[in-house]
Amino acid sequence: MTSNALRRQGSKGQAGDKIFSGAALGAGILILITLFAVAIFLLIQALPTFTANPALITGGEGFASYIFPIVIGTVIAASIALLIATPVGIAVALFISHYAPRKLAAGLGYVIDLLAAIPSVIYGAWGYLVLAPALVPSYQWLAENMGFIPLFGGPASQTGKTILTAGIVLAVMVLPIITSLSREIFLQTPKLHEEAALALGATRWEMITMSVLPFARPGIISAVMLGLGRALGETMAVALVLSTGGLIPSLIKSGNQTIAAEIALNFPEAFGLRLSELIAAGLVLFVITLAVNLIARAIIARHKEFSGAN
Amino acid sequence: MSSTATNQAKTTRANGSSKTPQAPLPRKRNSLAKGHLPRFAVLAIAAGALVLGAASSTLTGFSIASFAIYSAIIFVLAGSIITTVVEGPRRGKNALATYLVYGAFLLALIPLASVLFTVLQKGLPGINMHFLFHSMNGVTGAIDNASVENGTPVLGGAYHAVVGTLLITLWATLISVPVGMLTAVYLVEYGKNGPLARAITFFVDVMTGIPSIVAGLFATALFAVLLGPTARMGIVAAVALSVLMIPTVVRSTEEMLKIVPNELREASYALGVRKWRTITKVVIPTAISGIASGVTLAIARVIGETAPILVTAGLANNINANVFGNWMATLPTFIYYQIITPTSPTNIDPSIQRAWAAALLLIVMVMVLNLGARLIASLFAPKKGR
Repeated sequence: MTSNALRRQGSKGQAGDKIFSGAALGAGILILITLFAVAIFLLIQALPTFTANPALITGGEGFASYIFPIVIGTVIAASIALLIATPVGIAVALFISHYAPRKLAAGLGYVIDLLAAIPSVIYGAWGYLVLAPALVPSYQWLAENMGFIPLFGGPASQTGKTILTAGIVLAVMVLPIITSLSREIFLQTPKLHEEAALALGATRWEMITMSVLPFARPGIISAVMLGLGRALGETMAVALVLSTGGLIPSLIKSGNQTIAAEIALNFPEAFGLRLSELIAAGLVLFVITLAVNLIARAIIARHKEFSGAN
Repeated sequence: MSSTATNQAKTTRANGSSKTPQAPLPRKRNSLAKGHLPRFAVLAIAAGALVLGAASSTLTGFSIASFAIYSAIIFVLAGSIITTVVEGPRRGKNALATYLVYGAFLLALIPLASVLFTVLQKGLPGINMHFLFHSMNGVTGAIDNASVENGTPVLGGAYHAVVGTLLITLWATLISVPVGMLTAVYLVEYGKNGPLARAITFFVDVMTGIPSIVAGLFATALFAVLLGPTARMGIVAAVALSVLMIPTVVRSTEEMLKIVPNELREASYALGVRKWRTITKVVIPTAISGIASGVTLAIARVIGETAPILVTAGLANNINANVFGNWMATLPTFIYYQIITPTSPTNIDPSIQRAWAAALLLIVMVMVLNLGARLIASLFAPKKGR
């Protein structure tokens, strides 16, 4: 009787076990399917663009010549953002991990995380209504004094709605990503390395260049790559801040366009071939950011064992 | 004693209290402090930099920005050069790095302060009961023109957008939380770091990097295949948001499940409890505070997303509480459209005012969610004592 009772109870529980582990496995597989579905559904919807008559594509010269200028525009905006955000982000991370008083450090980290919490549309509105007008005098100065460099070719935009402004707004949005990842890695530097450097008479900066930065290099690289992924895919800041146009070298004139903003600005009115064109543009963006993220994650994964960085 | 003159000088202080009749030199500084700038030097350099900064700023037409920039440059240059001269190049470099690191932190605070200040300053005048509890239904350019010309209060509000935001976020949460939590359970409790678990971990990491607009396009493309090309409604937006939300939920739940001590699981197994009962009754309740705070942060992340809503839910001016039919508005798209296509093209001020008021509302929601996550994590955390 006892063994029967045990068996009966056991078989009841077994079903629950199987259902639960099956559900857990199913959820995991659903995520993999979702990611592949993203690629496949985008491909299905984008297909008409690639098979259509090139003359019907916006610009009239096929998809490649339509997408090329806005890919370059995306890269320009993301590069500006990273050029600003990388040094500042790393310095802020160093400030929180090695310079700020220990008691303040956690609170300061939270303040920087607040930057990441602000919705992108609010950054866009801020860039459009506050930052862009404030930057107009600087752009005029740049156009007058540095105009011989094509990057600052005049006449400067009267509204300040340029790719440089968009890049600065993107830099603000990317900064917390670079800071929070770098900070995690800086804090994992072996204490003994730091103390050994200080004991040999190194100044704080020498200690950082000798022990902290070499240790954190792969982590910093992947943090910057993740920031790049964010900057490439960010939509609203650019859609609101940039006054769009064709591809031009000057950073302080209206012009240039990014993929994400192109989609956001044109999608609501798009139908038919135009719709599939925009989805194809989204596919290109997806592939670019996927490649950037894969590289970043691969760098993290390779150095995971001995750095503990994540 | 065969000590040299320098040695005598160095030991002066040590011998000061001994019987040697040599008179102590109170004015002379400690030899260990030789070659160091006194403490007030930094303040003095800062004061000098402020004065020079003000002067050079006045020369080019005074403004707060140029004053701050000139002063900062002068301070950093002067501070590191003086330190180099007095203390040597190594310490000079150290001083330069220190100033730059502090400066970078202050620089990073400027946009945060500016954004928060702007939203408060421009948003507060627009917040009132009318704004909170009325939609934009029937509010036209003529009404905005009239309110500007007659000085009457701005009509029209964000009620429909608040309803849309809450409903779409709710549905996204309902989709993401079970999927995300079950995936995390699989990774921690069943996957055992096998190839599938590693693949899921890797692709979840990759998914965190999907641009939000691509997630929106995916949801549109999916529903276009299922329901036809013009399917724009709340649930499509909720699917798009859950693509963005699931990875965050998985990662935070996974972290929390990992730190549940194995002794708890083993004690439960020893009592003959099934694995799924152990997970649902022991492991998850232990980690629930961390999971809840992670989910709250994930909600805070997606509630402010604009781009995916733009391409999935369209835009509505009226209240629509049905996520399975018709277009819906959310706060972010409301802000975006009020700025980019003002209700009255000739008098944009009422639209801008509504946009800032909605921005304030949105920022308050996000901040409350963020603080709530911190509170949940600290209030309901299991006791750490061993």
